[in-house]
Amino acid sequence: MTAENSQIAASSGPAPASMDVPEASISIRALEHAYGELRTIDGLDLEVGPGGVVGLVGPSGCGKSTLLELVCGLREPSAGALEVGGADGGGERLARCAYMPQRDLLLPWYSAIDNAALALRNRGLRKTEARRQAAALFERFGLAGFEQTPPAELSGGMRQRVAFLRTLVSGKPVLALDEPFASLDAITRAEMQEWLAEALGAGPRTVILVTHDVEEALYLSDRVAVLSARPARVVAELRAPDPRAPDRDTAVTDPAFVAIREEAMRALREGMR
Amino acid sequence: MRRWLPPALLLATLLGAWQIAASTGVLTSVFNLEAFLVASPAEIASSLWGNRSLLAENAWVTLREVVFGLGLAVISGLGFAVLLHLSGTLKRATYPLLVASQAIPILVLAPILVVTFGYGIVPKLVIVVLVCFFPIAVTSFDGLRAVDPDAIKLLRTLDGSRWQVFRRLEAPTALPYAFSGAKVATAFAVIAAVFGEWAGANSGLGWLILQDNGQFETARLFAEVAILMAMSLGLFGLLALAERRVVTWR
Repeated sequence: MTAENSQIAASSGPAPASMDVPEASISIRALEHAYGELRTIDGLDLEVGPGGVVGLVGPSGCGKSTLLELVCGLREPSAGALEVGGADGGGERLARCAYMPQRDLLLPWYSAIDNAALALRNRGLRKTEARRQAAALFERFGLAGFEQTPPAELSGGMRQRVAFLRTLVSGKPVLALDEPFASLDAITRAEMQEWLAEALGAGPRTVILVTHDVEEALYLSDRVAVLSARPARVVAELRAPDPRAPDRDTAVTDPAFVAIREEAMRALREGMR
Repeated sequence: MRRWLPPALLLATLLGAWQIAASTGVLTSVFNLEAFLVASPAEIASSLWGNRSLLAENAWVTLREVVFGLGLAVISGLGFAVLLHLSGTLKRATYPLLVASQAIPILVLAPILVVTFGYGIVPKLVIVVLVCFFPIAVTSFDGLRAVDPDAIKLLRTLDGSRWQVFRRLEAPTALPYAFSGAKVATAFAVIAAVFGEWAGANSGLGWLILQDNGQFETARLFAEVAILMAMSLGLFGLLALAERRVVTWR
């Protein structure tokens, strides 16, 4: 980490993640994808600038998860352009993106910290060094003391935190989050949204956040893209009034927020036809 | 302690009833048997003690066949499961044959093996492996396939190579399955070793059982069966213990 970086970080809240992360933008143009005869994505355009957070909302089964897998290089598009950090190869996209699936998928045979440090271990770091780097983030994101806990003994919210730190520790410029809080109860979900808002403010990451919760998308993202029913395309793009405000409850009840939320809901309803 | 109490009580009750039925002559009269064909638990115990060196010597022979055979079956079964998992072509080519091979009666194969390999340990090992390989290979293979596809995607975006996906995800997922297969196989292994000895041997508990059966050594016959049961139980217990030590996350 450079001295300049840490100064910026000091003035704008918590310090960035323990490692330098290059920035990357995402550029999607006229993207198409199909599973055989089934067209899942048809003519989708989306731009996410470096360090931007874009929320994707859409009806169930509209191809949101497929889109994330395409961005992450886990699938190849049928047609159109898809670039992550200026590169369109599947392997390059894979190298730039960290994926957080819907379920936490923490590996039960590893402790919380070893789960979070998986990417570092895969890159050949020794166990002690990988744990040391991950431990710094545990400390900062309210998981101190849970390093050695097996995932089965963590609460739902804690598991999601570890799962998110696992993507953050990977040090990749792009985070692809697939309905990260869908499995949590309403109160824990609100808590986790605040927690994630703070965590995302910590370091410049380009984020695509898929969710079926319009409020969650508008609270956490700079911009929300509303997708149509399958085959998916973007039917509306809305700017969030106050992304990642420190006080969530006040932010989501603000009249400007409520108005945009209703607009998003209208777009969502129209997109389903 | 409490876990052991019910089976221990049941066993004691059964043995007690058997003892009374044998010593009062109920067994001989009800089943219309000659007295020398009926052994009471006390007679079996005294035979077990009186013949301890003969029994130990032959039990050792059988135990070696079982343990080495089981060990070879575990190694080959796990290895084959991994190969099947890694190569779709190999799987398509061999899996149906593997299943079909289970229809081959060992009864027919055993004498051929004895003719080929002689009276030593080799034909017994072959029979134990043939019997135990299948449950271990199939359960391990199913275990490797039981991996969540989303977890594989996750590991790939976390820079996991094919080997790392195997080592960190697939192998630990398959481990409890492999243990189940091995536990099923222990029960078969003892029977298979005894059967191997019946087909041709000059030592071992199975061989001794054949001798004693011919000479109406009823008490010693039961003593041999008791040792075989203890062997099977002991191996099963050891595997269960190893599973608890290794598979700590369940």
